[in-house]
Amino acid sequence: MTKLTGAQMIWECLTLEGVEVVFGYPGGAILPTYDAMLGYKIHHVLVRHEQGATHMADGYARASGKVGVAIATSGPGATNMVTGIATAMMDSVPIVCITGQVGSKAIGSDAFQETDVTGVTLPITKHNYLVTRTEDIPRAIKEAFFIARSGRQGPVLVDITKDAQQGSAEFVWEHGPVRLPGYRPDLRTLPGELERALQLINNAERPLILAGHGIISAGARAQVLEFAERAQVPIATTLLGIGGIPASHGLNLGMMGMHGEAYVNSAIQQADLLLAFGMRFDDRVTGNLKTYAVNARKIHIDIDSSELNKNVRVDVGLVGDLRDVLQELLPGVQSADHSAWLDHIDSMKGDVAVRDIQSLPDTGHLYAAHVINDIWRLTNGNAIVVTDVGQHQMWEAQYYKHDHERTLITSGGLGTMGFALPAAIGAKFACPDREVWVVAGDGGFQMTMAELATIKQEKIKLNIAIINNFYLGMVRQWQEFFYEKRYAATPLLGPDFVKLAEAFGLRGMRIKQRAELQGLVEEARADSGTVVIDFQVEQEDSVFPMVPAGADLDKMIRRPARDVMIETGADPDEWELGA
Amino acid sequence: MAHTLIAYVEDKPGVLNRVASLFRRRAFNIVSLTVGRTEQAGVSRMTIVVDTDGPGARRAEANLYKLVNVLRVDDVTNKPAVVRELVLVKVGVTAEQRTAVLQLVNVFRARVVDISAEAMITEITGSQDKVESFIETMRAFHIISVARTGLIAMVRGGSKISANPPLVAAQLPEDGAAEGTSELSMSV
Repeated sequence: MTKLTGAQMIWECLTLEGVEVVFGYPGGAILPTYDAMLGYKIHHVLVRHEQGATHMADGYARASGKVGVAIATSGPGATNMVTGIATAMMDSVPIVCITGQVGSKAIGSDAFQETDVTGVTLPITKHNYLVTRTEDIPRAIKEAFFIARSGRQGPVLVDITKDAQQGSAEFVWEHGPVRLPGYRPDLRTLPGELERALQLINNAERPLILAGHGIISAGARAQVLEFAERAQVPIATTLLGIGGIPASHGLNLGMMGMHGEAYVNSAIQQADLLLAFGMRFDDRVTGNLKTYAVNARKIHIDIDSSELNKNVRVDVGLVGDLRDVLQELLPGVQSADHSAWLDHIDSMKGDVAVRDIQSLPDTGHLYAAHVINDIWRLTNGNAIVVTDVGQHQMWEAQYYKHDHERTLITSGGLGTMGFALPAAIGAKFACPDREVWVVAGDGGFQMTMAELATIKQEKIKLNIAIINNFYLGMVRQWQEFFYEKRYAATPLLGPDFVKLAEAFGLRGMRIKQRAELQGLVEEARADSGTVVIDFQVEQEDSVFPMVPAGADLDKMIRRPARDVMIETGADPDEWELGA
Repeated sequence: MAHTLIAYVEDKPGVLNRVASLFRRRAFNIVSLTVGRTEQAGVSRMTIVVDTDGPGARRAEANLYKLVNVLRVDDVTNKPAVVRELVLVKVGVTAEQRTAVLQLVNVFRARVVDISAEAMITEITGSQDKVESFIETMRAFHIISVARTGLIAMVRGGSKISANPPLVAAQLPEDGAAEGTSELSMSV
């Protein structure tokens, strides 16, 4: 057996776990590990802030389905990771964070750059480790990867003291499955529940599938589609469920919830059976729980048994991997004809077109929805789009039609502004051959724009769309609707984004008219380097429809319908789209 | 209503913190929590009394199962179980009061474990009702201090409990109480 230093063991373990790229930032307590890195083939991306490292690992994981890895030093390095870890926790994204810690003898002495990182991250990690002995490193890292990627996925942090990194020991890598007696990601419910579920499914008249992130995590697209097609059940998706089933599928109604289509929310309220597949009844999709889908029986399938009956009381709860549970259910699911129900939903859809932002008159301004819809057309819907948080995020969800899994990457649960740019860098490393777009607001973009330097240093190609309305738009919208337009601290003066891009050695563009859009976007896409596009859009536009927080799901604020449709600056129907 | 959960956990540093943190984070109110080693090496047993309703208890149980170091959870609230708490009560007594205190101690089947010139320490073990009423009775004298261990509980009967249940209750019990959840998790 060979003796290795703890630092070498870390890289050895990462190599054995199949890691190809890590995102990190060096510092005192992690220096031994950085020194050992030079002997290994894993590519290290130097970030500009440790929050960026966690978002990159997150974006990498969401785009690839593999575990993302972030590295930082002790104290401030580790605490800077907190936002990214919490983001991954809320959205069940598998990442492993490795942090240096002060020497084991100094722990508890308030040493320089000492923070109780396992304590700080305890409630926002799936699990975490403090490793103080060299020989414990391989096992901790192996367990960390196993826990991160199994069951309900999530972030795991491994905090390793400097002396553990410096010490030497025999490297023991236990091949085969990890043995963790208290960790059972394969917990199941009793089989009788399946029968009860089938009875409800086969007798439903107005069934509806609520499709969440679990479809993507479990890789259950085929099973969900087989289920839906056979039993003729329409599907509404959560924000994170987008892409789980093709947007163009006839049974896919689109997004539900606060900014979902009104007819989708109405359908939920009118359904007699809700089938919740890998979603967790977040308050942003249910609205007022007291009036939520009161006519519906509910079947909830989730890998995490603590999600069942958490927010919404369900009639049947099935614990397990969505794909496995559906495979068990499918033999008992009967063909059905719900055409009356589907026709009814279709009839409710009616007025969407008149209220559509695409029908707005041309005010000489650019609308964010146009920008996103046009990017969708120009990219043939094939790009990976990474969004930030706010109005543009909702418009993305509404106007970019995702047919493919893992092509919308967005912070859903935590709603982390500043997520988009670093997460897109991670996504690009996961899928170097794919076209990756950042769609961010001018507010969120400014939170993490230092990562433009990372892009330059790593020579990667992104297309960055800043939806710039000179406001913190979503907050402004709430102020408009619920605080009498008292715009406290929402007007936002940003830098000149074109010059900013140039200062980082990247190309910048500015678009103010829809007529300029096609040409410049095509130019940006064709450019071999990253291009930052400052889309200066209508400033006080709002996202419609909207369920006010805590209101009944079908009591939505609707976009005022316009009676006249005036030509906008360009007619996208006449664009010649390349393949 | 108080629910009594028994959790078998790995005897490792920080596990108590993880459990306590979970209850705080999910806004549960812990009435009492006791930890101690068990007959199995490396396994500790926690008895957690939590102030919540039936659905809340099931949620607490499900969340406990998510902790990597938690091996098994049983809600014994509605199961036939022996539940005990140990309490030390130090009372200030004059020489004239001693006999009265000793009589009450006998009635409650408590014990006197220390006597000094002006005080005595009494010890009582029993159900929560019993120890509460003992403490109430002692208030007639001058109580100097009370130390309580919190509840520990053990299910009656001879069946061996597995520390590794493969199935968990996903459903709320019909009556909102926690019955049945434990039955499910008993199957091995």
